[in-house]
Amino acid sequence: MAERVRVKAMMPPGHVRAPAYLRGKEGVIERPLGAFHNPEQLAYGLPADKKPLYRVRFTMAELWGDGAEHSGDTLDAEIYDHWLERL
Amino acid sequence: MPHDHPDHSHDHDHGLSPSGHPYRVDNDEPLTYWQRMEIAVRELLIEKGQITPAEISAQIEVMDARSPANGGAVVARAWSDPAFKARLLADAGAASREMGFDIGPLNLIAVENTHSVHNLIVCTLCSCYPRNLLGLPPDWYKTRQYRSRAVREPRAVLREFGVNLPDSTQIRVHDSTADMRYIVLPARPADTDGLTEPDLERLVTRDSMIGTGLARTP
Repeated sequence: MAERVRVKAMMPPGHVRAPAYLRGKEGVIERPLGAFHNPEQLAYGLPADKKPLYRVRFTMAELWGDGAEHSGDTLDAEIYDHWLERL
Repeated sequence: MPHDHPDHSHDHDHGLSPSGHPYRVDNDEPLTYWQRMEIAVRELLIEKGQITPAEISAQIEVMDARSPANGGAVVARAWSDPAFKARLLADAGAASREMGFDIGPLNLIAVENTHSVHNLIVCTLCSCYPRNLLGLPPDWYKTRQYRSRAVREPRAVLREFGVNLPDSTQIRVHDSTADMRYIVLPARPADTDGLTEPDLERLVTRDSMIGTGLARTP
């Protein structure tokens, strides 16, 4: 069973790589990608911790509801661990 | 000189030349902050002997020389060699380096199109693209239109590119949001059994590796 997660629905200021249209949305971990320097610190030239990064798969129905073009199509995005909550 | 006419204003942003072509908007406005910063840093690096102008020119030439033909060679190899295809899908970066492509620190994922799955690549946040393997992205890839619509209505976008997929084909959109870059391994066209790897390369288009197209048929 793929692990279910939700992208945190927070709206912090500054440079983040979690797109707004995915915040609050639920998906499954498609694969772990390893740890990468946190872009939220890197963008400002600050020492950047390494954070685990995952590919998360969402259904179009989850993202767009009844407005989805085809509910069974999917969208994958790379989301950092600190943006995910386990369900 | 078209601008010497005394009887109209010199508005360079629109209008047509006497031969009927629109004027190209020129880039002779003042330098931006970041353009000045780039020039200052480059000149300092040269003055302090860290890097030579020849090295900078050589690197620009390397970047300009990258083209979709590189990705095409990788795809043709994957179509021809099942063991290579398995390595490509497991670690596309390592498989590309194995073929001799210097893709730098690129973290590359290959996603495979089949009769039941079609993959499409986008970067909604900016314009992330596997430049080291495909060269510079097309201008439309960087537009707000493509970036917003590819995740919202990928089938409509694909139709505009001339790709009509049946409902039975699942579309997987990949938003390149962080450290990975993506290349689509297009489905091998029918009736290509006897083709050599160089012949197959010619069937691989740039758009087929972004997912906005299919490979050509021979």
